[in-house]
Amino acid sequence: MFADGIVTNRVGGWCRSWSAALLLLLPAVSWAMAPIQHWQTANGARVYFVPAPELPMVDVRVVFDAGSARDNGHPGLAHLTNALLDQGAGELTADQIADRLAGLGAQLSTGAMRDMAWVSLRTLSAPDRLDPAADLVAKVLTQPAFKKVAFDREQQRLIVAARQRDQQPSAVAEQAFYRDVYGEQPYGSPPGGTVDSLQGLNPEDARGFYLRYYVAHNATVAIVGALDTKQAHSLAERLVGKLPAGQAPDPLPKVRDLTHGKTQRVDFPASQTTILMGAPGVTRTDPDYFALYVGNYVLGGGGLVSRLNEQIREKRGLSYSVYSYFAPMARRGPFLLGLQTRNDKAGEALDLMKKVLDRYVKNGPTAKEVEAAKKNITGGFPLRVDTNAKIVEYLAMIGYYRLPLDYLKTFNRKVQAVTREQIHAAFQRRVHPDRMVTVIVGGRQ
Amino acid sequence: MFRVVLWILLFALAMPAAMAGPVHQYRLDNGLKVIVKEDHRAPVVVSQVWYKVGSSYEHSGITGISHVLEHMMFQGTKKYPAGDFSRIIAENGGTENAFTSRDYTAYFQMLAKSRLPVSFRLEADRMRNLLLKKKEFEKEVRVVMEERRMRTDDNPEALTAERFDAVAYANSGYHIPVIGWMNDLQHLTVADLKAWYHRFYAPNNAILVVVGDVDPAHVYALAKRYFGPLKPSKIQPPKPRQEVEQKGIRRIVINVPAETPYVLMGYHVPVLRTAKDPQDAYALEVLSAILDAGDSARLARNLVRGSQVAASADAGYNLYARQDSLLMLDGVPATGHTADQLEQALREQIAELRDKPVSEAELERVKTQLVAEKTYHQDSQFYQGMQIGTVESVGLGLSVLDQYIPRIRSVTAKQVQAVARKYLVDNHLTVAVLKPLPMKDGHRPRPRPLGGEHVR
Repeated sequence: MFADGIVTNRVGGWCRSWSAALLLLLPAVSWAMAPIQHWQTANGARVYFVPAPELPMVDVRVVFDAGSARDNGHPGLAHLTNALLDQGAGELTADQIADRLAGLGAQLSTGAMRDMAWVSLRTLSAPDRLDPAADLVAKVLTQPAFKKVAFDREQQRLIVAARQRDQQPSAVAEQAFYRDVYGEQPYGSPPGGTVDSLQGLNPEDARGFYLRYYVAHNATVAIVGALDTKQAHSLAERLVGKLPAGQAPDPLPKVRDLTHGKTQRVDFPASQTTILMGAPGVTRTDPDYFALYVGNYVLGGGGLVSRLNEQIREKRGLSYSVYSYFAPMARRGPFLLGLQTRNDKAGEALDLMKKVLDRYVKNGPTAKEVEAAKKNITGGFPLRVDTNAKIVEYLAMIGYYRLPLDYLKTFNRKVQAVTREQIHAAFQRRVHPDRMVTVIVGGRQ
Repeated sequence: MFRVVLWILLFALAMPAAMAGPVHQYRLDNGLKVIVKEDHRAPVVVSQVWYKVGSSYEHSGITGISHVLEHMMFQGTKKYPAGDFSRIIAENGGTENAFTSRDYTAYFQMLAKSRLPVSFRLEADRMRNLLLKKKEFEKEVRVVMEERRMRTDDNPEALTAERFDAVAYANSGYHIPVIGWMNDLQHLTVADLKAWYHRFYAPNNAILVVVGDVDPAHVYALAKRYFGPLKPSKIQPPKPRQEVEQKGIRRIVINVPAETPYVLMGYHVPVLRTAKDPQDAYALEVLSAILDAGDSARLARNLVRGSQVAASADAGYNLYARQDSLLMLDGVPATGHTADQLEQALREQIAELRDKPVSEAELERVKTQLVAEKTYHQDSQFYQGMQIGTVESVGLGLSVLDQYIPRIRSVTAKQVQAVARKYLVDNHLTVAVLKPLPMKDGHRPRPRPLGGEHVR
């Protein structure tokens, strides 16, 4: 979207909807979606497939346990390695790869967050489009060149991107928050790297990272589109069949609890102060997950109807966007609350945020609130899987975190089963307002 | 009882205008346009109400009013007090939001298909019965100021874009930022909002768009039931405010604390609605894609990977704008390159389009991408609704959506070169450059602190 098409939303979309869409695996519905088919390729990659015959297109997402949690003291390495995959592979230059994809009308994208790194393809399903597009993706996955000229260029581009983040208060706050919550642990490594850390990388680092992590036993392939099972099998082999089997890496070390509260202020030339507060939260397979997920809807997850929104935005007009969420990851991702407000109101807004959280942990939600939360989550069920783009992301997540194949099917049932008491107990057990990190980025009064 | 009688009456008066394909078009007696697109892939529906009003309808002193009104639309009617709208939609498992642009204001809900009447009931009610209470207004306008601080004042590139528009457009409504100038927000009143609401919020200035797993006849009947009883208004169409011809290059510099420079440029161009020959607009659409449709396009190939003068570079063109617009270019210089060098490189790319016809192979590749994208867009009901609402609210009509692919296919290399020569000339160019001040001791110009006197 360019400046010409600027649209402003009423709700602070990106904070909340990003966290909701990308990090919280939301319910899906079996009657809107064919059952998930699952198998392994000959070399051991796990494949998840849902046929979607209505549109003549195919979405693919190949995911690796190769996110920044694997940076191992070199912040940005996972991201840079991932970004280099399509910048030259086999005998093809970056220009040639881009031209061939464009000529097919296919779209390739790459990306890396803390847990996952991925390569995504969207293509038309006609064999004269799909097959050559899949071959290109296979080349990108199995023969990336890591030539110095491409490395230097992408390294510099990531450095500029890091500088751009350094001028955005929300990005500065997020980086400080993760650093304070996780320290030297894997999730403390900023996924995009820092200007300094990126400067220290070289092509051999990237190649080494690639050889270690981009292997079949560390890969999940998600496919949604106008294919039958046989075609999906052959597509999966075409995509990753030439990856070496390799080995999945050891699980990440467990996340340590915070032992005490910590507040960090970052001076920043801005009219607003951005506040983030939180601590390690839950894993993707945490037994408390459903209670905390439903409970968080009441606290700060349910758009404009949450308690945080009610107190901070709707009653007092202090913030445009105020929210809380659990980001379940392979190890405990953060539970976090956030807002931004004009500098002279930062103290008042932070006090309110703490007060709302304290009271919620102490007393839990009301029965009526729990009922409303469940109605929204279960009633909104069909919207979670109403596009191929959403389904393919959910498949990748189910595969990556090894969730049961009926995870989506049983989601609503699990949400329904959550009680007020369970939410209250889970928040008391898992959320400790006196042992949280608070990051305050903005101008001093 | 009354509602049922009226419903039958309106049924007789309404004029269904059937369209080819799965899109159905109706108009209620009170002027509300109803457009239904069937998509049965998932048991969901998106319902959108579009109003023909946006920031380009505004004038100095009340800028941002369309967007503030959008916020106020959630602050209550007599039947559904503040907070009810969001609460009721949430309890029905729905997702709801709204957006304001230069050319339109739109409200939407996404729901399981059986809940469509919930959406209609609430939207119809607030179309004519908004309360606009002082207390809610004073709070909500503060929320909007926070939104402005977050999105614009504390975002160096967005701030540059806002100031760029204010210089590139002299008299067109596109001069005005959607969010509004802070000083105007500080002096907005409930009376201003009431006048704006009554002027533009009426069924005969709105379009109801429904996309999803629905039966069009049923949607039509529901629309009549809920929206049919609403009274139309006399709507004064906006004055043309056609942008004066630019007579020479314009430049501005933005000095704010930042880490990276940024270059933003635009050439005045017609859009589909204003072009004397519509083919010019489609040629500009193709031209924009030649520059920026993915990694194979010229900006990525020549400036990011080739000369490496840019860390990133984009081009953009809004085919469906209501008024004459700009062919936009922007970019961040790579380390070791200056904003001036990037500007020169971007202008060389434009010169090349003027000087040399694009090759058939390149043209074909770009068209293949644009055509494939049309298939991909069908994956999203929301996006389909966006397209329909956009072209309808600017007065183009739905048929342009069907014409898109044949029109794009018909564009020739000669036509691309011709529009480059005709429109992408220095006299019609505006350039804005963000020159970073140090982040540490920078004195960022801040909006005047908000004192109580401004809002109470």
